[in-house]
Amino acid sequence: MASESNYYYVPESSKLPIFTALGMGLCAYGAGSWVQGHSPMVFLIGAVILAAVLWAWFGAVIRENLAGLYNERVERSFVWGMSWFIFSEVMFFAVFFGALFYVRTIALPELGSPLETELLWKGFEPSWPLHVTPEMAVAGEAAKFKGPREIIDPWHIPLINTIILLSSSVTVHFAHTALKNANRRMFIGWLAVTVLLGAIFLGFQIYEYGEAYRHLGLTLNAGIYGTTFFMLTGFHGAHVTIGTFMLLVQLVRAIKGHFSADNCFGFEASSWYWHFVDVVWVGLFIFVYVLGS
Amino acid sequence: MAHGPAKGIKRWLFTTNHKDIGTLYLWFSFAMFLVGGLFAMIIRAELFQPGMQLVTPEFFNQMTTMHGLVMVFGAIMPAFVGLANWMIPLMIGAPDMALPRMNNLSFWILPFAFLILVATLFMEGGGPNFGWTFYAPLSTTYAPDSVNYFIFAIHLMGASSIMGAINIIATVLNMRAPGMTLMKMPLFVWTWLITAFLLLAVMPVLAGAVTMMLMDINFGTSFFDAAGGGDPVLFQHIFWFFGHPEVYIIILPAFGVISAIIPTFSRKPLFGYSSMVYATAAIAFLSFIVWAHHMFTVGMPLAGELYFMYATMLIAVPTGVKVFNWITTMFRGAISFETPMLFAIAFVILFTIGGFTGLMLAIAPSDIQYHDSYFVVAHFHYVMVAGAVFSGTAAVYYWLPKWCGRMYNETMGKLHFWIAFIGFNIAFFPQHFLGLAGMPRRYADYALQFADWNMVSSIGAFIYGAAQILFLYNVIATIVAGKPVKEAKVWEGAEGLEWTVPTPAPYHTFATPPAVK
Repeated sequence: MASESNYYYVPESSKLPIFTALGMGLCAYGAGSWVQGHSPMVFLIGAVILAAVLWAWFGAVIRENLAGLYNERVERSFVWGMSWFIFSEVMFFAVFFGALFYVRTIALPELGSPLETELLWKGFEPSWPLHVTPEMAVAGEAAKFKGPREIIDPWHIPLINTIILLSSSVTVHFAHTALKNANRRMFIGWLAVTVLLGAIFLGFQIYEYGEAYRHLGLTLNAGIYGTTFFMLTGFHGAHVTIGTFMLLVQLVRAIKGHFSADNCFGFEASSWYWHFVDVVWVGLFIFVYVLGS
Repeated sequence: MAHGPAKGIKRWLFTTNHKDIGTLYLWFSFAMFLVGGLFAMIIRAELFQPGMQLVTPEFFNQMTTMHGLVMVFGAIMPAFVGLANWMIPLMIGAPDMALPRMNNLSFWILPFAFLILVATLFMEGGGPNFGWTFYAPLSTTYAPDSVNYFIFAIHLMGASSIMGAINIIATVLNMRAPGMTLMKMPLFVWTWLITAFLLLAVMPVLAGAVTMMLMDINFGTSFFDAAGGGDPVLFQHIFWFFGHPEVYIIILPAFGVISAIIPTFSRKPLFGYSSMVYATAAIAFLSFIVWAHHMFTVGMPLAGELYFMYATMLIAVPTGVKVFNWITTMFRGAISFETPMLFAIAFVILFTIGGFTGLMLAIAPSDIQYHDSYFVVAHFHYVMVAGAVFSGTAAVYYWLPKWCGRMYNETMGKLHFWIAFIGFNIAFFPQHFLGLAGMPRRYADYALQFADWNMVSSIGAFIYGAAQILFLYNVIATIVAGKPVKEAKVWEGAEGLEWTVPTPAPYHTFATPPAVK
């Protein structure tokens, strides 16, 4: 039977959660007023509070871990927590993929059905990519939603990005193996390579967005094609940014010597997240880029 | 971990204790129940007579919207999370929830979320007025400016729910006492485990829906705009993919509570424990594949209507298993009728009525008649109020002595029950008639032939509302000056680990896990 002190670590009361909630609340209220054209000040204050509290919170967790307060059972709670968090993220992407599939298989054929084209959208022809939106079919150049002139060719930047991201999943795995073999130099090296690959991926993505906006007429307003394209790739890009940041933090911690073969949850959780964004990208590459062109 | 509660307000702001956080959730939920109830009273007061008397139609729309949102997200869901916080660690022999600081965070997000949501009522253009289901384009193209605050408030609630669900799953899967196998867990723990899974699966979908709204409103995307190639019906699909599991998120923990109370007061073990577990899982699974039964009038292909009709009816099977088991548990039991048991029995009867009207609504050809009528309002209030709220009330009476070491006043409890039971039925049973006669929901005014039953319904609603004041008084009176209880096992027929700890439950329990046979 475990003794009272080390069965499970229950932290003392803490100021961290409520200030996190305050930061989130200010961010939410501030974002609501910001999108309506008011000043972003409240949002920014909230964001600063949130960032500061999360810094303190993660710092506290790392200190507690280094102090040996977390036994195997506590770590198992973290493992379950991170796994189910990733599951909820999967569902978040699922809804945007679902919207894409719904539009392509149900909404667009319906908009192009004889009844709709007789009564509402004269001359509209469904196609994918949707260069001519229903509104354009009726109003021409006066339309608010103008479809893209061209779309991104999947076999250039997206293919390169696929190779980059898939490789980064492999390199983070190499880092993990190196850590398990207590090979510190290889661990840090492969982790650094992974972070670098993440950054390169994001660089290409930004370049691609620039091209889309400047030369292709592919924007957020470019009808449902632009909508699904940017929302799916955009949320993925946001997650890659978060994932890269997480791995960067783990890299700093690795250099500081926080990890050992049997105490490396922070790194492992970040790598699971990284594998998750990688899998989402494969879905994007297939369904948005390849099958969307 | 020998630390006791901090002094004063700091105890509640900074706590990591599952009992404190459970208490916070429960009081917050009750406060929101009164706020949402106030909105309901305004609705029923306006509908007391035909014609416009008290409020403008615009404000009426805001009231129906806010009533729904506050009751679903502010009152019922937090009530069961509060019960989960208090009871799950006690029931499985855990020292606390698995992630105590995140537990505190998931609570404290809620006051901010509802502050923002309720504040929209005072903003220029008014609060959300598009119904709690916020269908596009009502909630996008034609929405008041405050819709953006609504969207971010929903995001906050979603974040809170996801964190709460993660915490519950981690607790149940990782913190059970040795010997407490999954199939030995009390049903309340089982139902919450499955509910937490549902929350994780669908709250992100809701987040996606409001994110799409946000983008459509402010950033020129066309998810729900046919002009750009999108589809308003897409919104309904996404919303109900969240919305249907959501109703089981609300009712499954209520099932768990009832499955604890009925055996206690029947002095018999629960009949068919394992079939209860499988029925819960089956309901959860089915909840994902029936969403479009909310959309029979939207123009689906016949095959779709048939599929969603039959799949929906299938839910009656596991639900029937549950009702059968509750009744069979009572069969030949030594039943006594304390307040929790009264609410539990009322739950079984009234929830079954709500289930039957649900079956009627599932029949696609007849749903075309009932759709968006008061019949639907009556149906879901039978499951939400007589289901979830009665169950939550029963839970409070049942566990209150364990929480505070004092017994509530049984006479007042019974009085509360009968006023609530009668008031509820007077309020909502006539709404079936109104709906069948053709009265649409969410209307501020109505034709003269609906006048009589509307007046009856309003009187019932006022009675039900007044009963809650009695409830509040009884709970406070118990906490302050109730008759002290010393026995660990407050109810002689009760089983389970929560009745092995002293009464009132100490601040920390099960620092070392008990052994479970």
